[in-house]
Amino acid sequence: MSVRELDVAKITAAVRDLCITANYDLPVDVYEALKAAQEVEESPVGREVLAQLVENADIAAADRAPICQDTGLAVIFAEVGQDVHLTGGDFEEAVHEGVRRGYGEGYLRKSVAEEPAHARRNTTDNTPAIIHTSIVPGDRLRLTMMAKGGGAENMSSLNMLKPAQGWAGVADAVVGTVSRAGSNPCPPVVVGVGIGGTIEVVTLLAKKALLREVGSRHPDPRLAALEDELLERINTLGIGPQGLGGRTTALAVFIEEMPCHIASMPVAVNVQCHAQRHKSVTL
Amino acid sequence: MAVKRITAPLTDEAVRDLRAGDAVEISGVVYQARDAAHKRLVALIEAGEELPFDLQGAVVYYMGPSPAKPGNVIGSAGPTTSGRMDAYAPLLMRHGLKGMIGKGLRSAEVKQAMQDEGAVYFAATGGAGALLARRIVGNEVIAWPELGAEAVARLEVVDFPAIVVMDCYGGDLYEQGRAAYAREA
Repeated sequence: MSVRELDVAKITAAVRDLCITANYDLPVDVYEALKAAQEVEESPVGREVLAQLVENADIAAADRAPICQDTGLAVIFAEVGQDVHLTGGDFEEAVHEGVRRGYGEGYLRKSVAEEPAHARRNTTDNTPAIIHTSIVPGDRLRLTMMAKGGGAENMSSLNMLKPAQGWAGVADAVVGTVSRAGSNPCPPVVVGVGIGGTIEVVTLLAKKALLREVGSRHPDPRLAALEDELLERINTLGIGPQGLGGRTTALAVFIEEMPCHIASMPVAVNVQCHAQRHKSVTL
Repeated sequence: MAVKRITAPLTDEAVRDLRAGDAVEISGVVYQARDAAHKRLVALIEAGEELPFDLQGAVVYYMGPSPAKPGNVIGSAGPTTSGRMDAYAPLLMRHGLKGMIGKGLRSAEVKQAMQDEGAVYFAATGGAGALLARRIVGNEVIAWPELGAEAVARLEVVDFPAIVVMDCYGGDLYEQGRAAYAREA
């Protein structure tokens, strides 16, 4: 097996471009879901909000402007093929540099505060990025950029349930999280749910779940049915677009699960706003 | 939907005319301020010092824009979550603040102060920052430029679209709207 060399300067360039395009161009699946929601939304105010969101996406794409002024923390997922040899510098610094350039050259807002509990100084270049790296088979490197705004992230939850609470406990934790969030996370939201693992892994599962395409079904029919059940329950809450009342509270619920300790049942709920911005590239 | 056209700063009469659920278009001057600016505004009031703008009848917009591209008035400019300003808002209302534009839930203390002082809370569409930026025709940073997106700016708006979510009578569209569309699962 030969090793493929990849200069980290290519990672910097790719991350730069991903930061900009993810923030300007709403993914087609989300755009179509917002349009489809207009057809079924019963609330007149809700329909008006959905129409504004579709128009906003059109303006952002046409003007090459950010969909939302909160251009987020830059969450970068890197799936690194085990036959890739990275050359030319430090991998993580290359990612940070890409974020620095993308947020600077793309006129994106810098929203990172250092010393969170004290000075809360803006780092002024939107670094550090949040980097999640995994090693996978092959000789390619896949990069995904998610722009994660603060309003929706703040409404997310980690729930260390008892195994006896079962699926009913999980469902209540998910629906309860969205219910308590109300208008805050900019509904209609996308809900990422992680079940199992440990506290740090379950939250990552929930975040990765948000990368799925809106409208897609989980390949496991059991989980697909549970996603449908949760989406239906959430859309009976009445919260609606922007929390002003209506049927369209969530566009999708995505569940990812993994085994956990016999004593545990961790459940993480990562809430994402309707500006569900992410973009990928393979190098 | 019928739209009420209003002018900022707001008069007491204009505030009293608004009800939760009203769609409005705001023209005039509003002041951009979010977390860090609120902390400083309240510190100035408590120290008895002068504020960077006149609070009488003022409308604040909880917003921190993305940077303006060359030739543009402002970058994307949608509302941020208002609840983070709840700790500061009642004091500002007691000193003349009449309107707040943001998105999301408010505390009981804020709702009470709105009734006591006669103020109104508008929701603009969160995540519609590119669209809302087109209704902002003037933008001048008037305090604390070192705060970047969190600086205080004087914004001139024309037909800026918003919904009255909380009025000076205790009306709350977040509660009313949700109750109207909630169903048993």
